[in-house]
Amino acid sequence: MYKANVVIIGGGPAGLGAACKAKELGIEKVLILERDRELGGILFQCIHNGFGLQYFNEDLTGPEYATRFIQKAQKLGVESKLNTIVLEINNNKKILAVNSSDGLMEINTETIILAMGCRERTRGAINIPGTRPAGIFTAGTAQRLINMENLLPGKSVVILGSGDIGLIMARRLTWVGAKVKAIVEMLPYPSGLTRNVVQCAEDYDIPLILSHTVTNIYGKKRLTGVTIGKVDEEGNIVRKSEKYIPCDTLLLSVGLIPENELSKNTGIKLDADTNGPFVNQYMQTTIPNIFACGNVTQVYDLVDYVTEAGELAAEGAHLYMKGLTNSKTVLIKKGRNIRQIVPQRISLYERQKPIRFYLRVQYPEEKVKVGIYKEGKEIFSKKQLIVRPSEMIVLEISDEVIRKASETNEVTVKINGYRN
Amino acid sequence: MSDSPALGTPFLKESRADVAIIGSGVIGATIARELSRYKLNTILIDKEVDVGWGATKANTGIIHAGYSEDPHTLRGKLCAPGNRVYQQLCEELEVPFKRIGSIVVSLNKEEIQTLCELENHAKICGVPETRILNRDELHSVIPHLTPKAVYGFYAPTAATISPYGLTIALVENAQANGVNVLIQTKVLGLKKNRQAIILNTTSGYVHTNFVINAAGLWADEISAMSGEKEFNIHPRKGEYILFDDATGEITDKIIFSVPTPVSKGIVFVPFVEGNYAVGPTAEDTEDKEDLSTSFKGLKKVLNFAEYFFPEIPFKRYIINNFCGLRPIADENDFIIRPSYNMKGLIHVAGIQSPGLTAAPAIASMVMDILMDQGLKLTLNPYFNPIRRAIPQIKGSEYKTKEKLIKANSKYGHIVCRCETVSEAEVIEAIRRGATTLDGVKFRTRCGMGRCQGGFCTPRIMEILSRELHIPLEEISKRNKGSWLIKNKVLGSDNV
Ligand SMILES: Cc1cc2nc3c(=O)[nH]c(=O)nc-3n(C[C@H](O)[C@H](O)[C@H](O)COP(=O)(O)OP(=O)(O)OC[C@H]3O[C@@H](n4cnc5c(N)ncnc54)[C@H](O)[C@@H]3O)c2cc1C
Repeated sequence: MYKANVVIIGGGPAGLGAACKAKELGIEKVLILERDRELGGILFQCIHNGFGLQYFNEDLTGPEYATRFIQKAQKLGVESKLNTIVLEINNNKKILAVNSSDGLMEINTETIILAMGCRERTRGAINIPGTRPAGIFTAGTAQRLINMENLLPGKSVVILGSGDIGLIMARRLTWVGAKVKAIVEMLPYPSGLTRNVVQCAEDYDIPLILSHTVTNIYGKKRLTGVTIGKVDEEGNIVRKSEKYIPCDTLLLSVGLIPENELSKNTGIKLDADTNGPFVNQYMQTTIPNIFACGNVTQVYDLVDYVTEAGELAAEGAHLYMKGLTNSKTVLIKKGRNIRQIVPQRISLYERQKPIRFYLRVQYPEEKVKVGIYKEGKEIFSKKQLIVRPSEMIVLEISDEVIRKASETNEVTVKINGYRN
Repeated sequence: MSDSPALGTPFLKESRADVAIIGSGVIGATIARELSRYKLNTILIDKEVDVGWGATKANTGIIHAGYSEDPHTLRGKLCAPGNRVYQQLCEELEVPFKRIGSIVVSLNKEEIQTLCELENHAKICGVPETRILNRDELHSVIPHLTPKAVYGFYAPTAATISPYGLTIALVENAQANGVNVLIQTKVLGLKKNRQAIILNTTSGYVHTNFVINAAGLWADEISAMSGEKEFNIHPRKGEYILFDDATGEITDKIIFSVPTPVSKGIVFVPFVEGNYAVGPTAEDTEDKEDLSTSFKGLKKVLNFAEYFFPEIPFKRYIINNFCGLRPIADENDFIIRPSYNMKGLIHVAGIQSPGLTAAPAIASMVMDILMDQGLKLTLNPYFNPIRRAIPQIKGSEYKTKEKLIKANSKYGHIVCRCETVSEAEVIEAIRRGATTLDGVKFRTRCGMGRCQGGFCTPRIMEILSRELHIPLEEISKRNKGSWLIKNKVLGSDNV
């Protein structure tokens, strides 16, 4: 039987951020369980730059960003077990894990931080009809094959989905000698960051075809081509709009889903809009000694935010172990044009820190303000020239606003147009 | 662990057999295992790189109770007898089998007529314990069912099974009892001389006294090799949608709609592995290799699920879609008889639904025909009916897990996270004959879960490459043409 103060499930940037912070706060036994063969999560296959601009004020590659935290964790005395998968969480404090050197392990822990990240949506999830040939990969799998195994999965490629991984893979594939014939996006606007649209698609003359989707898949053994068709506002395929594109590879970049199978079995409450746990500003779930951070709570745009969420979770675990409980909870409701928001609730502590909200809108809008309303009255607002579902909005809320909010049980966040 | 050898016994340019079976689907596999009870030299041949990759791979996996077919046809006659032996067969072969029962649900009062007809069939065919459920009974058995449902026809003996799991197990057991298995071997022609039939195959010639034509969709082409095509086989498509087990329990029974003349209708089925599927459609096609799904077909089956269980948000749980092809003979029945053209050739063709269920009964019928045609049977004293499944980490008791890992530490290394499959299981699957990603998948469930191989594909490729001593670039999804890797990233050797 092993013992720990904090067990962190998942050693990606969220888990690493949490682990380092936990040690810095003086927590004694901090253990990361990681199923992969190294720490760092998805970062090692993200060899492009753009990481750390917020956190370090530097432009780093994925592996560089990960390495900083891995080294820091080592220095701080974070323990970790690699190639280790968690099978069960029992009674909120007993973890059953397995690997080939220790065998089955039961670990008793005071607190748990869930940091399992997310997985990619598949062809099945979007139910594309057609044959089932080889040559259909999620963008992340292709990224792993190319960047970590030095294997090129195909030569002529169509990418479905203009999310960041899709865009980055378009450029990467071009660099390693494949021809990217098109990036096809179902929505009328790209779903990745603008900088990626410019630097990964436009700069390489890769056509980004909006309001289209893949409607059929051909090939008995290996993929031979796909048809794409125009999508109308209701999401239906426009008749006679279909066009065949020969290709040997289809990459899917059609969204990420937080991996919450383990979380579900603990009985914590999940949010249907984020697909992640329902948390407070310290990433505390609805079970007091279980915390969650990073892409397991919602899909973030930037790794920097993920690290911060990890640090918050460690602070939350620290407060919990010190016996500091919260007195009151304010629920955060989603109002007009808000798709998702984290945290979903605020817990009031005696000493209150400013809180960051991460939110996404449902559809793009220009010249708006993002506001927080208490019983219909605005207690906070921030102007934004443009809001898009692809770009996360970060609101920094002062303790003064929190105090105002705490006079009720719930506040609403919404997007409104503004008049100058 | 098991001592069943891998598939693909080395083959001499000329070999001899008493019986050669063409086709390693569930029919060929069942017959092979039956023959292995006797002192015979049997060879099982398939053109694919693995066993059971025809109709057997993609179907509903139901062991039908046996009431849905006309009792005067072979399909009607052989179904219930097949069902009866499955329990024992699956125990011997360690194949998961769940006798969960099925219910035909009628949505209007008029359909009660059809339900009564089914009950009558059930009586004639000897299907036990069936009965008609009234509205209240129906809704208490299936709580989430649409309120529109009025009657049900309940058959408690219906069961579910993994059809490819069964076939793999049958072949392993047949092999352990002496049957030679030759994969990647296509039969090109048959020739009769005075003593024997000579099979011309892509791996050489086989001289044999008897040939069993269990070639599924291609059985008509085998029959043509005897000099004249004795029948035609038409492919009929069946499309499915598969759901994640995250749906939670929706029904513990198999749910049928009221049958139509071409098909038993669409089914909502709890697969033996624990997740649900809905299908199949029934659409005739020309191409025997056309396994494509269609927008229309998928919509139809999804509508069915949504209609019968209106509370469940099925769209959110879809993890996959697939298509199977039924081999339909002109007469719409099984063809199980000696060839008219060539002595020693026996057709087992047109084995559409409920062929999986009927397989054991079909095999006994074939044994009778063989004896009738002069095959001498002496019991094989070494016949062992028991086959051991690959021990799994998932679902096993704590103690068993501990024991497995202690004996082989690779049991502690989980490579497929969605289905919790260990490296040891993958290695054992390869030892038992898997050479491709699909081969590993059908033996271990690696890549069948919610991420559909997103995470484990690179890992499985690595293990295949290491165990089979072939370069990574040569690992395929299911055969030569279905390559996964074009080439090494240029310059990667220098970095
Ligand atoms: C959509 C669908 C749903 C079904 N649902 C059910 C069900 O729920 N319950 C049930 O009981 N039945 C069901 N069935 C029927 C069942 O799947 C079939 O009856 C059964 O699988 C037939 O097995 P088989 O061995 O005859 O054919 P197959 O599995 O097709 O095997 C034929 C084999 O022959 C090989 N072959 C062909 N030609 C050659 C050659 N020249 N040389 C070498 N090898 C060759 C092929 O590669 C193949 O492996 C369903 C069928 C379908 C398609």
